[in-house]
Amino acid sequence: MNSTFKDKAVNFSFIVPALVIFSLFYVYPFFYSFILSLTNYNIIGDFNFKESFVGLQNFKDIASDNDWWKSMYNGAFITFWALSFQNILAFMLALSVTKVVRMSKFYRVVFFILPVLSEIVIGLLLRRLMLSEPTGRDVLNHLVNNFGLGFLAQDWISGGRVRLITALVHCWRGFGWAFVIFLAGLQSVPEQLYESARIDGANAWQSFRKITLPLLMPVITLVMVLTILGTMSAFAMILALNQGAGGETIVPIMIIYNHLSTGLAGLACAEGLVLGAILVAVSFTMFFVSKKIRKKYGVLPE
Amino acid sequence: MAYYQSKKIVILIVLHIFLLSIALSCIFPFFWMINASFKTDTEFNNDYGLKPASSLRLDNYKEVIFTGGFWRYFLNSVIYTFTSVFLIILLSSLAAYSFSRLQFPGKNIIFYMFLAAMMIPLPAGFVPVYALLQQLGLLNRTGYVLAMSNMGLSISIYLLKTFFDQLPRDLEDAAKIDGCNKLQIWWNVAIPLVTPVLAVVIIFNALNVWNEFVLASIIFIEDKYMPLQAALLQYSGEQISQHTLVMAALTVTALPIILLYIRMQKQFVKGITAGAMVG
Repeated sequence: MNSTFKDKAVNFSFIVPALVIFSLFYVYPFFYSFILSLTNYNIIGDFNFKESFVGLQNFKDIASDNDWWKSMYNGAFITFWALSFQNILAFMLALSVTKVVRMSKFYRVVFFILPVLSEIVIGLLLRRLMLSEPTGRDVLNHLVNNFGLGFLAQDWISGGRVRLITALVHCWRGFGWAFVIFLAGLQSVPEQLYESARIDGANAWQSFRKITLPLLMPVITLVMVLTILGTMSAFAMILALNQGAGGETIVPIMIIYNHLSTGLAGLACAEGLVLGAILVAVSFTMFFVSKKIRKKYGVLPE
Repeated sequence: MAYYQSKKIVILIVLHIFLLSIALSCIFPFFWMINASFKTDTEFNNDYGLKPASSLRLDNYKEVIFTGGFWRYFLNSVIYTFTSVFLIILLSSLAAYSFSRLQFPGKNIIFYMFLAAMMIPLPAGFVPVYALLQQLGLLNRTGYVLAMSNMGLSISIYLLKTFFDQLPRDLEDAAKIDGCNKLQIWWNVAIPLVTPVLAVVIIFNALNVWNEFVLASIIFIEDKYMPLQAALLQYSGEQISQHTLVMAALTVTALPIILLYIRMQKQFVKGITAGAMVG
């Protein structure tokens, strides 16, 4: 009895270091942010719950804060482009790579360079590429003019179309990641299915529609959910690219970041919780809907 | 027959044009970046950094690394990355081994707690973590590294545990008969067996820490503690019109990662998609 207790204690001690770090930096902050969100704690000095308690005031402020909802709209706008344009592009690229045999390794390596690099590097690099200055060093406009696409020349980082441009840059940075996941999904579809479909007289579109798409539904759902989560919580690239472009491309995390930097920790926590709750709701809905669709078409095994 | 053959070739050409044009858009900015980093300002003003650099002029690099202080930022990034990844590997391999092989009460509940942490999005998790560090008096390197070592902990434990589960126990049993204690078995038998997945875990976490910006930028106000990402943003804000200098600074940050990635492409892809594949 004694030895088994000692045994268990030794076994448990293996996870203690991980558990301590995890509790300190995940579990505790998780609950702590609920407490902080009810206060006007200003990050300087000791935290005194009773003195700084303001009830639901932060949440009321958020509900009537136009800047916040504007940032949610901006985030949703970029997410819309990431869901549609980025993911469809990634899917088409993955399909194409499975069709061409030559150079497929090269494409795979190149497409994944961008997700490997940091958001700051990508944002700053494109900022310098797009920077419109009187010195005549706006490289992208120069390139666009030289390729006979002069109608595209514009102020890329603060002009009228800056929100769309930011969304497209976000897609450009993110497609490689979706591409790799789609490619893994496509390669996991057994070749025999396509062969037997061909023998049964199915054309390419039919076998895509009846085999590839249904089998990839779980992967597609996963990519969509992760795209939503990733895009709504992205901000470093936009900060580096155009610093919010005077409100046009301010995203929720940028507001939270700015509030924290100015000491409004309580408000920043409340905003984080609002965003987190919305994201959880959206991703659960997506999984639920996808399951329903799969059940309806009889793809889901259970 | 010839008709189908030529149709196939046309399709292939169209696909290659599509793929190549996207690939070009991915590579071009980096060639431009490296090329421009060798140029003088006058050269850059004349040709927009588009013509190949006439010589490998390293003045911009000298300026950025020594005057700009990037040697220090680089060193900081290396230190933060190494210590965080070391901590993550140590903690997660110990925990994963225990979760997979050893028995203790509450094992499953604790494991599911780690799993839940991967599923629940905390988009602004840096706010309470910052407040916590502030109250603990840990707004310094130690606090940053500790917070960073939590970032990839759950996924690392999950990846290592599933790998341990697939391994046969024969070697460990043999080691036990030879008189090894559990810690010795973990170090001498289990760790060498998981090296393939260890590489993936290391790259996943190293990239995470190397590319981390948010927490670093609010914790390290002083220049001397800043890692590369935070320093880059500050430097770009200071050098508004010195494009070639910023290109050199960007190259210093990005090129090591690009070269490493090209050498270890498989592990990088696995590492970055590891998080996605868990879900």
